[in-house]
Amino acid sequence: MEQVLSGVKVLDLTHYIAGPYCTKMLADYGASVIKIERPVKGDGARRLAPFFKDDPHPEKSGFFLYLNTGKKGITLNLKTEAGRDIFKQLLKDADILVENFSPRVMPALGLDYETLEKINPHLVMTSISNFGQTGPYRDYRATEIVLDGMGGWSTIIGHPDREPLKPGGSQAQFVSGLFGAIASVSAYYGRQVSGIGQHVDISIMDAVLYIQMNLTSNYTYNNVVQKRYGNRVAPFPSGILPCKDGYIGAITVTAEKWPVLCEWMGMPGLVDDPRFLTPADRALNIDELDAIMISWLVDHEQEELLREGQKRGLPFGIPASAKMLLESRHLNERGYFVEVDHPMTGKVRYPGAQVRMGDLPYELRRAPLLGEHNEEIYVGRLGFSKDDLVRLREQGVI
Amino acid sequence: MPDLPLKGIRVIDLSMWFAGPMCTRLLGDMGAEIIKVESLKHIDPWRGPVDPQRVRERFPNRKITDTPYDCSPGFNLQNRNKCGITLDLGTPKGKKIIKQLVKISDVLVENYSPRVMPKLGLDYPVLRRTNPELIMMSLPALGRTGPDKDFLAFGQTIDCMSGMAYLTGYLGEGPMLQSGLSYGDPLSGMNAAFAVISALLYRHRTGKGLHIDLSQVEGLVSFNADSILDYTMNGRIRERMGNRDRSMAPHGCYRCRGEDRWLVIAVPSDEVWQRFCRAIGEPAWTEDERFADVLGRYDRQDELDRLIESWTLQYDHYEVMHILQSAGVPAGPVLDPKEMLEDSHFNARGIFEVVPHRIAGTHPYVGAFAHFSRTPITIRTPAPCLGEHNEYVFSELLGMTREEIAELERMGITGNVASMEQQGSM
Repeated sequence: MEQVLSGVKVLDLTHYIAGPYCTKMLADYGASVIKIERPVKGDGARRLAPFFKDDPHPEKSGFFLYLNTGKKGITLNLKTEAGRDIFKQLLKDADILVENFSPRVMPALGLDYETLEKINPHLVMTSISNFGQTGPYRDYRATEIVLDGMGGWSTIIGHPDREPLKPGGSQAQFVSGLFGAIASVSAYYGRQVSGIGQHVDISIMDAVLYIQMNLTSNYTYNNVVQKRYGNRVAPFPSGILPCKDGYIGAITVTAEKWPVLCEWMGMPGLVDDPRFLTPADRALNIDELDAIMISWLVDHEQEELLREGQKRGLPFGIPASAKMLLESRHLNERGYFVEVDHPMTGKVRYPGAQVRMGDLPYELRRAPLLGEHNEEIYVGRLGFSKDDLVRLREQGVI
Repeated sequence: MPDLPLKGIRVIDLSMWFAGPMCTRLLGDMGAEIIKVESLKHIDPWRGPVDPQRVRERFPNRKITDTPYDCSPGFNLQNRNKCGITLDLGTPKGKKIIKQLVKISDVLVENYSPRVMPKLGLDYPVLRRTNPELIMMSLPALGRTGPDKDFLAFGQTIDCMSGMAYLTGYLGEGPMLQSGLSYGDPLSGMNAAFAVISALLYRHRTGKGLHIDLSQVEGLVSFNADSILDYTMNGRIRERMGNRDRSMAPHGCYRCRGEDRWLVIAVPSDEVWQRFCRAIGEPAWTEDERFADVLGRYDRQDELDRLIESWTLQYDHYEVMHILQSAGVPAGPVLDPKEMLEDSHFNARGIFEVVPHRIAGTHPYVGAFAHFSRTPITIRTPAPCLGEHNEYVFSELLGMTREEIAELERMGITGNVASMEQQGSM
């Protein structure tokens, strides 16, 4: 099956979310990825919910199964000399190495880029870590919420008089995983042209700041310290408000659309209301304006507001739950969700292609069981005997 | 020093606002030559108002210039490392010129609704005849196919439609927007950059071009795969959890000393809990046996959060971070934009680059998204003023004469002064 990244060979030392998402992107678009997990316990993501039928079994974590599609899986203990030797043999044949340990780990194992480059002179190595490989916070500890806070994301979510919020889910880790994939293919492309490999350092804290709209430039240009201002986006009225059957994301797009909205609400007189004449007036009296809009919205259903809004150039949005997404006609007709078969779960629907590469095929291949490809890789590729495998297993190497 | 990885790749950028420009920002940062195309009647709305008076009203602290559209923070951040030209694609001459440009380029990026490019007579089958190896990147809101493909959607619409807003918000309350980030945009730009570079590798191997389709909504749904799988595996609809976590407790955002100063703390294990208690001096309440294990702490988070905040309130948020991090507890301040510009870690890593711009003056901008050891990313050129590179592109690249360019200017097809009548506004 010919895909955009066919032929690219990736060695994958990643775990949890950010690193595995990076190598998942590479694998799903055609690269051959060999994922290395530590023996017995495996990737920590095997302990992350959701689990199939709520059974917390290490082969049934939906999060792990999603993040590791398309990869081959082997076990290897890098804390042993034999493990490191085997790793170096595997590395000789790799184009890209991806890891997301804390920055001390690879050098402590004697596997820093300078050493690895001597074994594989054109290697592209991508490292993803919380705070990057350098800087005063390098060895600080973090989880998702800490990186959302320090990278400048939480400062814009929430009500001004209440605590800032993290965005739902594990966004900072996914974002940096995707940055890892971008950097990996880019450095590899450069290498195809110039023959020169390199080490790429991605900090999740930096990544969060990079995607923000213009927080710091807004400060230096406009002297505005942007903060959270509730459930709203300018120009007003705009925000998520209650309607008849739930909530609706109401939006006016531009100031010119305000009369259209008044007309639609059956309140054309509002256009001349002195409280709401200009965008600045509407911002000032937003609470009154919201109350008026809600009094209208509570008589209308989500679907109707969506369709009628589109007709008027007002792209209202329904805040979709997982169930609504899975039932969406649009997503289903595009074939976005993909059924993946796995020996421990049977067939389950997963989110599918993030991008569609012309007419090239896209297929989600299931995640590996722990050590599933040990024999294929160690015997088939590196030439160990099956007896060797037993010995390596007994010594805790694989 | 070796060349930047994408040096020698030429990209025509017809995109505006945030998503497409994020894609070309990444490609430009990594060395591609980006030619951003605007028109005098439709400048990129991120340039802001054309009328200086409106800028004065809306941004009283911004420097006022005759061409305020050359002095917009969002535009100038997003469009560094790009060339800028103006060309009216609605005219036959404009179309002819863009096709000449397609012939000598590698990639074309556009984020119009799926109707626009065919209407302009510039859809992929047409452009491919001009350049068979062309990689075309289209990133409309909902993709190029499907019953809702022509839906109008803005950042906020996509936050809703993708399920992002549904999962964001205070515990037990309604869905929330992110005030000041249309998250679907940068994310789509990133997916698009990944796709374009991957397609360049494909072309390098096979000599073939591609038309890439991307839906902004789908990219975001992928980032909430755990929520999707909880439904497909267990029939469970995940709801908003505020700052809480599914397994860690305490896990939250606590008020500190000072005005609107906050700190986040995450306690991932009982061992870290013990470190936390020692770090804060083991006040009597930490001895409470009910808090000793995660199940007890999880059930008593409201009480625990109040107790923790009574401690954090005594300190500055950075101070608490240092106390807790020294003890090995994950914690960090919620930084605002001013604090980020001054933060010692951001600055030690050199994330802000100070760049002079001939109209906007000298400002720090967010620089590299990653540190490439042999080909460091830098801001090589500031964002282009409107039509700044007309001469380079029309004369140097396309070989047009001065007279031909002057004729285009007379016809209003190109130039560098924006028309006062603009559709859409920011």
